[in-house]
Amino acid sequence: MFDHRYEKDVAITGIGQSEIGRPSTKSAMRLTLDACLEAIADAGLQRSDIDGVACWPGDNNNGDPFSPVGPSALKSALGLNVNWFGGGYEGPGPLTGVINGAMAIAAGLCKHVLVFRTITEASARMLNKQAGALTNKTQGRDSSYAWQWFTPFNVQSGINLMALYAQRHFHEYGTRPEQLAQIALTCRQNAMRNPKALYRTPMSMDDYMASRMISTPLRMFDCDVHCDASTAIILSRRDIAQDQPNKPIRIEAMGAALNQPWSWDQISLTKMAAFDVGEMMWARTDYTPQDVESAQLYDGFSILTLIWLEALGLCPIGESGAFVEGGTRIALEGSLPINTNGGQLSGGRTHGLGYVHEACLQLWGRAEGRQTREHRVSTVAAGGGPLGGSLLLVRE
Amino acid sequence: MPRKLPALNADNRAFWQGGQQGELLVHRCAACSRYFHPPAPLCPHCASFDVAPQAVSGKGTVLSFTINYQPWTPDLEVPYVVAIIELVEQPGLQFVSNVVGMPVTDVHIDMPVRVSFLNVEDVWLPLFEKDQ
Repeated sequence: MFDHRYEKDVAITGIGQSEIGRPSTKSAMRLTLDACLEAIADAGLQRSDIDGVACWPGDNNNGDPFSPVGPSALKSALGLNVNWFGGGYEGPGPLTGVINGAMAIAAGLCKHVLVFRTITEASARMLNKQAGALTNKTQGRDSSYAWQWFTPFNVQSGINLMALYAQRHFHEYGTRPEQLAQIALTCRQNAMRNPKALYRTPMSMDDYMASRMISTPLRMFDCDVHCDASTAIILSRRDIAQDQPNKPIRIEAMGAALNQPWSWDQISLTKMAAFDVGEMMWARTDYTPQDVESAQLYDGFSILTLIWLEALGLCPIGESGAFVEGGTRIALEGSLPINTNGGQLSGGRTHGLGYVHEACLQLWGRAEGRQTREHRVSTVAAGGGPLGGSLLLVRE
Repeated sequence: MPRKLPALNADNRAFWQGGQQGELLVHRCAACSRYFHPPAPLCPHCASFDVAPQAVSGKGTVLSFTINYQPWTPDLEVPYVVAIIELVEQPGLQFVSNVVGMPVTDVHIDMPVRVSFLNVEDVWLPLFEKDQ
C-alpha cells in the first residue's frame, strides 16, 4: 500500500471565482464567499457536504492584503462543520492549499475539501504604494529567516530576486529580451479574449520594449498586475466525484519537492525549486511531458514561466526562450497553449489558484472565447525561488 | 540612503559585525572544513555543532546581478546594483549584496569583486566593489 500514489484518488469537481477588481468595492470576505459558494454549487454540493477547508497562505499576517482571509474566518463565515482545516505560509508555494487538501482526502479525513485563495493587493496599494514591500514584512530591525539577508541591501521587492534569476538565465543560455517578452505578449493576447482579465488592450513588441525598466532585465510588463479577487476549487474523493455534475478532473500527480535550502539566494538561480518539483511530479505518474496539452505556468514575473517550462520538461533545459519565441507554439491555437486566461501578467494576480481555475475551465470546455481545442491533460505550476508546486490534471 | 537593518542574534552577529575589524566572517565547520551560509548552529553538510565564524579573503565574483531603477521609496537613490556574490573560498558559498563604487552599467557576471564594508549603526554591511 505504501507505493500507492494517493493523489489519484482525488478529483477537482467544482470551481468558483469572484470578480477580479482593480480595486473591488467588495470586502475580502465577500469576495471569498462569492468564490466559495460558486464553487460549491458548481460541484453540485451543499455547504453541509464540505468537510475540509484548505488555503495558502491563509491569514498568517493579521489580515495582510497578500492573504486577508484564512480557513478559520472562512469556516465561521460560511457556517461549515469540518473534519480538517489548515493554512500557513510555509509550504510548496501557491498550490499548497490544493496539495494539502488532496492529502487530507487521501488520508481519509475528508470527502470534499474547499480550497480557496483571496488577495486584496489592489485596494491595499491604493492606500499605500509600499503596502507589499519586503521591507514592510517585518516591523523594525529585520529578524525574519526569509528576508534579513536581502532587505539590508535594499531588496525591496521580489522583482530584484527574480531579476537575478533572469540575468543568470540570459547569461548561461543566451536568452534574449524579445524571447522573454513573448510571455507578456501571449498573456495579453489571451487576456483580450477573457472578459474578466484586467488588461485587454493590444500590446506589441515595441510597447513591451518601451515599458519602464524596473530591475534589469525585467520591465514593468514582466510584472503581474495587482488585483482584489478570490478563487475557490472543490476537491472530492474520486469515487464520490463520479456522481457529481462535472466530469472529475483527477489529480494524476503532484510535485512539492525541495532538495535545496529554503532560500532565495542559496538555491539554483536557473532551476529554483521548480526542477525538484517537476522531477517529483513525473516520478509519480506514467504520463510524460509529451502528454501535456495545455499548461498554466506561474507568471508573477515572466521569467518564472520560462523556468517552469524547462522544469516540467515541456522544453529542453535552457531552451525556453527559443521555445516561446514568436509565440506560435504557446498561443491558444498552438501545440502547448499557456496561461490561457491572460495569466497574472494581464489577467490579474489571483496568485496561484487562478491557474487551477483556468485549467479546469479549459478541460471542461467552458472557456468560451478563449477555449483551446478539446483536451484532457493539463499541468499547473506555481511559485518562484524556493516556493514551488505543480499538479498534473487529467479529465476523466 | 536609508537601509532596513538586520536584528542581531548569536548566530548572525559575526557576519554583520565582522566589518568592524575589517573582516568578512563566514561560518565554517571544523569537522568537514566546509563553509556555509547563512550562519547557523549546525553544519548543514555533516551535522556537526563544531562550527564557528572564520575570516575569509573577502574576494569573490558576481554570480548574477540586477540594476534596480525603481524608486521604491521617495528617499531611495536609484539606480543601484543588487548582486549575488560567490566567494572564492568555495563554490556555492554565496549571498546577496550590492556592488558599489562604479558605474552600474559596467557591472557584469563573473566580474571579480572584493568586500567593502558600510557601517550603519551597529552593523557593517559587506558590500562589494570591483577588484582591480
